[in-house]
Amino acid sequence: MNQTFPLLSALIVFPLAGALLVMFLPRRNAPLIKVAALIWTLAELALSLQLFFNFDAGAAGMQFVEERAWFPEVGISYLLGADGISMLLVMLTTLTTVLCVLCSWKAIEDKIKEYYVSFLVLETAMIGALCALDLVLFYIFWELMLVPMYLLIGVWGGPRRIYAAIKFFLFTMVGSVLMLLAILALYFHYGGATGIYSFSLVELYKADIPVLKQYWLFAAFALSFAIKVPMFPVHTWLPDAHTEAPTAGSVILAAVLLKMGVYGFLRFAMPLFPAAVVAATPLMSWLAIVGIIYGAVMCIMQTDLKRLIAYSSVSHLGYVMLGVFAFNMQGLEGGVYQMLNHGISTGGLFLIVGMIYERRHTRMIADFGGLSKVMPRLAAFFMIVTLSSIALPGTNGFVGEFLILLGAFKSNMLYGILAASGVILGAVYMLWMFQRVMFGKITKEENRKLADVTRREAAILVVVVAFIFLMGLFPGPFLKKMDASAAGYLKVMQARTAVYTSAGVDAAAQTAAK
Amino acid sequence: MAFGFIIPELVVAASAVACLLLAAFGRRAAAGMLSGAVALVGTGLAMLFTFLLWDVRVNIFNNLYTIDNFGTFFKGLALIVSLLVTLLSLRYVEREDIVRGEYYSLLLFGVLGMMIMVSSTHFITIFIGLEVMSISVYVLCGLLSGNARSAEASLKYFLLGAFATAFLLYGMALIYATTGVLDIRDVAGHLASGRFSLTPMFMIGLAMLIVGFGFKTAAVPFHMWTPDVYQGAPTSITAYMATGVKAAAFGAFLRVFYTAFLPFQAEWSSILWVVAVATMTLGNITALVQDDVKRMLAYSSIAHAGYILIAFVIGDQFSSAGILFYCLVYTFMNIGAFTVVIVLGHKDQENTGIESYAGLAGRHPLLALAMTVFLLSLAGMPPLAGFMGKFYVLSAAVKAKYYWLAVIGVLNSVVAAYYYLQVVMAMYFREASGELRRPDFSPVYTIVMAVSVWALFHMGIFPRDFLLIARKSLSMFM
Repeated sequence: MNQTFPLLSALIVFPLAGALLVMFLPRRNAPLIKVAALIWTLAELALSLQLFFNFDAGAAGMQFVEERAWFPEVGISYLLGADGISMLLVMLTTLTTVLCVLCSWKAIEDKIKEYYVSFLVLETAMIGALCALDLVLFYIFWELMLVPMYLLIGVWGGPRRIYAAIKFFLFTMVGSVLMLLAILALYFHYGGATGIYSFSLVELYKADIPVLKQYWLFAAFALSFAIKVPMFPVHTWLPDAHTEAPTAGSVILAAVLLKMGVYGFLRFAMPLFPAAVVAATPLMSWLAIVGIIYGAVMCIMQTDLKRLIAYSSVSHLGYVMLGVFAFNMQGLEGGVYQMLNHGISTGGLFLIVGMIYERRHTRMIADFGGLSKVMPRLAAFFMIVTLSSIALPGTNGFVGEFLILLGAFKSNMLYGILAASGVILGAVYMLWMFQRVMFGKITKEENRKLADVTRREAAILVVVVAFIFLMGLFPGPFLKKMDASAAGYLKVMQARTAVYTSAGVDAAAQTAAK
Repeated sequence: MAFGFIIPELVVAASAVACLLLAAFGRRAAAGMLSGAVALVGTGLAMLFTFLLWDVRVNIFNNLYTIDNFGTFFKGLALIVSLLVTLLSLRYVEREDIVRGEYYSLLLFGVLGMMIMVSSTHFITIFIGLEVMSISVYVLCGLLSGNARSAEASLKYFLLGAFATAFLLYGMALIYATTGVLDIRDVAGHLASGRFSLTPMFMIGLAMLIVGFGFKTAAVPFHMWTPDVYQGAPTSITAYMATGVKAAAFGAFLRVFYTAFLPFQAEWSSILWVVAVATMTLGNITALVQDDVKRMLAYSSIAHAGYILIAFVIGDQFSSAGILFYCLVYTFMNIGAFTVVIVLGHKDQENTGIESYAGLAGRHPLLALAMTVFLLSLAGMPPLAGFMGKFYVLSAAVKAKYYWLAVIGVLNSVVAAYYYLQVVMAMYFREASGELRRPDFSPVYTIVMAVSVWALFHMGIFPRDFLLIARKSLSMFM
């Protein structure tokens, strides 16, 4: 634990400093801007590796905690901390940002400076949201993520980008502002009850809120996070945003931004409002299952590659939510692991689709066919990433999905059965898509002369594939980092919700009787 | 000596008179530049003296005038507005060929009116301040020579304003008739004592005061003048009206209602609840359909008055501090936005349509960035000051359990985000079309925009000092 060097603050401020640096670089010197952005994001990755290796896997609580007074009279403090779950998500963020910078190298020709500035500001916001332990600080970073993403979609995106960008922005903002009110209500409730006015989670975790109020506050928080995840039925912004965003935008959106929703549930909505969580678990689990099946079915009928992958995200994140709401070790660890997996595999899928788009300038499945004959190496990478998305054993997807299904079966047999059916659907849409795009005869003339992967693209895909196999065959090191945090988290959640569940009340009565 | 406490006002008045004399007796060209300089220096000096009056509490001139933190805060705010508007006028009036001596002196007289208005607990003094300010602004609106819209704006504002002022004065008269006193502190004392009963005459007086102040702050349904007047007036005066006049009006409104009528807070706050909701909603919804940026900003200023009224409804110290802070933040956002509007215009073409902003990010990235900062702050996005302002107001609402008001407020913010983003969209997502004239760049515009951007970031990330100042401004009189 590094007491002297403020690692988390450094991780947050570093990309912002990079953004300011890039702003002052000469606009015409595109190679300089790209190289500067790449070096900066690699440095950030190196810095985050320090976080990974110095993380004490045995301790359950928050590490690298930093606290500084910001507005003490009102109770807003600059409070940062990371536990196993957020640490792994920070790693995902820094890694994905490097891959995004690399994949935009040739794709973005116009307004390059603003592009990389937006990405760096976005990285700051994402890491900040993952590390913030003060509700107002979290909210600020949460909202801060909106503007760069909005610009990324709207400036460098596809034909319907303006519609997609504004839809993304407004949808997310509605949820966020209602969450703001819930944050304020929580703050005043706790202050009124205990006399301590604070926005810090450390304090607010101790809040004892009447059940009905918990329902309302949980609803506001859950709405905001459910929009982000995205859960059915507030997922409709996702297909448009993913489809119209530039490749790197889709990658970062899928890999990191969607995880913010789940993270929000884990860190805020669930621990703060245990009664509401107990009451809402059936609803959330059902919505997750509907998301899994609906997302998968929607995928099967898509004609646009990117839109297909977008709906697959809805489906995959349904699994994650199911795992999280299973409230057992397998479900929780599976959910968190699957978040990382989804980042890698869906990120990889978007990267590959981006590469195909750069060559053919179309994303319609009907325009392809037999590409594996022309681009064998790309096809190989594509196959591996597809299999990871389907959760074939040996790939990372299998570990996550298996753990989630185990957890789901443990908590409720019916959920498990329904979720398992989603696995089959997953295989259906992915393999069918792959077959139509890559296998078969070359039906279109334009497809005959496509170039295979360049060295830069190969480098990106090698990293993705390496993680797929690494996390699939040796999940131990990754899971170990979150074991203590997950166990600690579950213990706390079980203690808090015990009052509200009949099983818990019985147990408490028994111990009292003894 | 009592006059020592009103040095800021005397400095402003002296500068105003000096500008007038320069206009009368100086040569036109030289007089213009000199007036501007005199106005700047006068405002700067007055600001310095105002800051020296912090934490001074005294009643002077037979209780006709009060020096306290509340008044000092608003005086400082009015002077900041004056300073920024004078700065950007240095180039603007030259470009638009406005008569300069009178312009600067009227500007300063307007500020004088604002300062008087917020520094008094006596109805008559408040009225005098309000009238001095209003008449100056009526004339200032019409100074764009040969421009029909400007003349229309001036006349419209004057006619409607005179009407509203009459309402205000009649309301004051009725309060006097029912209580027998003209000082709002005495009114409060009278209401608290047992001798008072709630008569219809009193209620009508109260209602008329709401009408009068509502007009000045552009609250619904007294807002109909705002879009046309803001659009027709010279843009520097629009900035002046949207920020200074509104802030001063809110200051006087706050002082009168929270001192004199606090015992009846339940009655008038329910009226103001409706006014607040109507103001926010109507302001935002009509702004949605505007394609003229200046008019859109006018409607947005109506909406922001609505957010301030949310805090008004609540009626405790916490919310009042929110009003003061919001006025401060709002000043910088608006002046910045209107400066960008000025920069894009020329003498014969105002270029306020949204098409003028298309592709601005490609042509003038820093200008587009500045405008984006102002618009995002108006929308309430962190980490900018606009977010802190809204946060504070919403906190007050949630604390006082006005949950519905808070929900309506935040949903309105989302609606507002849409039309602010329309301009951002035009700047970043669209390509420029039509003939492109080089914007009217000038160092003074750059200074004003830079100061505003810096202020918005500073107050957004480190709001503590400003919020504490806002709080301290109230502890003295509530």
